[in-house]
Amino acid sequence: MGRINEAFSSAKAENRAAFIAYLTAGFPNETTFANHALDILEVADILEIGLPYSDPLGDGPTIQKSSEQVLAQGMTTAKTFELIAELRKKTDKALLVMTYYNPIYCHKDGEAGFLKRLKEAGADGVILPDLPPDQADTLIPLARELKVDTVFLVAPTSTDARLKLVTEACRGFIYAVSVTGVTGARTALPQDVPDLVRRTKAFSTLPVAVGFGVSGFDTAKPIAEVADGVVVGSALIKTIAEGEDLKALSSEIARACQR
Amino acid sequence: MLFPQPNAKGRFGIYGGRYVPETLIPALDELSEAYQTIGRSPDFLAEYHHYLKTYVGRPSLLYYAENLTRYCGGAKIYLKREDLNHTGAHKINNAIGQALLAKRMGKKRFIAETGAGQHGVASATAAALFGLHCTVYMGEEDVRRQALNVYRMKLLGATVSPVTSGTRTLKDATNEAIRDWVTHVRDTFYIIGSVIGPHPYPMMTRDFQSVIGFETMEQLELAEGRKVPDVVVACVGGGSNAIGIFAPFAYLPDAERPKLIGVEAAGHGLQSGAHSASISAGKRGVLHGSLMYLMSDDDGQISPAHSVSAGLDYPGVGPEHSYFADAGLANYVSVADEGALIGFKKLSEIEGIIPALESSHAIYHTLELAPTMAKDQVIVVNLSGRGDKDVTEAMRVMNLMEADNGKN
Ligand SMILES: Cc1ncc(COP(=O)(O)O)c(C=O)c1O
Repeated sequence: MGRINEAFSSAKAENRAAFIAYLTAGFPNETTFANHALDILEVADILEIGLPYSDPLGDGPTIQKSSEQVLAQGMTTAKTFELIAELRKKTDKALLVMTYYNPIYCHKDGEAGFLKRLKEAGADGVILPDLPPDQADTLIPLARELKVDTVFLVAPTSTDARLKLVTEACRGFIYAVSVTGVTGARTALPQDVPDLVRRTKAFSTLPVAVGFGVSGFDTAKPIAEVADGVVVGSALIKTIAEGEDLKALSSEIARACQR
Repeated sequence: MLFPQPNAKGRFGIYGGRYVPETLIPALDELSEAYQTIGRSPDFLAEYHHYLKTYVGRPSLLYYAENLTRYCGGAKIYLKREDLNHTGAHKINNAIGQALLAKRMGKKRFIAETGAGQHGVASATAAALFGLHCTVYMGEEDVRRQALNVYRMKLLGATVSPVTSGTRTLKDATNEAIRDWVTHVRDTFYIIGSVIGPHPYPMMTRDFQSVIGFETMEQLELAEGRKVPDVVVACVGGGSNAIGIFAPFAYLPDAERPKLIGVEAAGHGLQSGAHSASISAGKRGVLHGSLMYLMSDDDGQISPAHSVSAGLDYPGVGPEHSYFADAGLANYVSVADEGALIGFKKLSEIEGIIPALESSHAIYHTLELAPTMAKDQVIVVNLSGRGDKDVTEAMRVMNLMEADNGKN
């Protein structure tokens, strides 16, 4: 069983939702990033590492700015993999790469080269918000071969036909987007999240994690009640950017994940 | 289907597709369906052509540029006068088409991206005409360069939302429009201004713009006794004015097809890195929902584009042009900022027509090409827009260049 599956199984055994944290690679700088990642993984089950992209059209201002900053500081695909390799030496928790399709498409050794390096660095999966599975004809077989989990997204607008297609292409877990919109911390989430989780689960036995907009205990708790995992990104990045207490926020989310 | 490409999955050869967040896929399915059923229906097309005739002022003239022809001393030069359309550019052909479709789909709100402001103005105009609100995303740099159009959009009742992320030009305005669309997808129609974006946009925009090429065929037949010229020249940003005039010719049998020349913006020169020549100097990649030629670094980070003309200042080019380039159905060349400014001045002086800086790239290429051709040959240049919007920026840049030359 892969690390991602294990993370969800153990969370389930402990009667809680898995806590999935997102951090932009090398934000605010490489050393601090590594420390933050390890701090968060004290309480989180899975870490998504954002490989920064110049045109992140699924992201709101918080993650956009963090991506712009690290790119300006010289972050690259190769360096992101180095950061992951360093983390892998210190943690056995599941690590995923979250990025957009162009950095993969344009990799000097192609999609296969990108995925191979991702795997060698010690990452377990990929999340690609601008690559629906029906555009991933070349990526999916390569990922299967390399045992890289492919996490695709379902949305509140997804029809049953889309839910079926997307969930069948997922490995590890299914990422349900809580809102129609981009990433970014919100104070309240729409009422139809439980409905989306229920509709998704009708098509798959994989764990379903909900993300976009989770900002703290109050937004995480209702998700933890209905989903197998809670994803938090912008709120963590904002806390780091503003120099606030990251450990406090991570513990708060971890507490909200308890059922 | 009007043309043989794209296939059912929205691919022109390998290019195109739908590389967008899952949230938008159902909206794109809905749009494809609406376009196939409503958008190609005789009833819709009759209404669309009614507006083109009575509101846009079509057909636009195919003008024999006698002075320019004499000046070049070669092929006969015709100008397809899209600059004479209501709002001053070809963009209105597409904006009216998409807005009419949106209205029939029951959408409540429009959004659009704009570079030069011409598509923003066209969308704001369509919104005013059909009684809907339009928000236009425009990079901060373009808000500065195209101040006249910003004022026009506001006057038309649109909200202009300046975009401060990334390079603050068309690419970033498009990102922001897509973010708005993901957020308000249930009631908002995104009027995309060029032959870019996820399927069905490149096809739909091409179909609406193809009126340019179909009219050219008819008009040239009357003027020259033949439908097909020897050469067609058009500037290429995202590629909508070029596709509009190319498409009806591009799929003709090899022996009948004229030479189609797309002119990209070479900015400060292809070697400088500061240009917008995605086909001439780019590589394949994915931007704004489709696979196309674009400019990016080895890590797939999109490179900043540059052109003196805001409408060509875009680091990608539509999937159908990418396909034409690979298949050899069209040729792509590039003209630098300086050439465009020469085209801008020459056409004004020689013909009394002030072209848009975008179109000036096509004019400059024609100045070079026409003298090399025989007198019985015919070039049609797509004059995509008028230059009023560019006068201040052109003056500023020409003064800078003169000051620079003075120093040397
Ligand atoms: C007059 C004019 N020509 C050309 C363009 C470039 O767009 P496209 O390549 O889609 O025709 C623009 C875009 O703003 C424009 O305003």
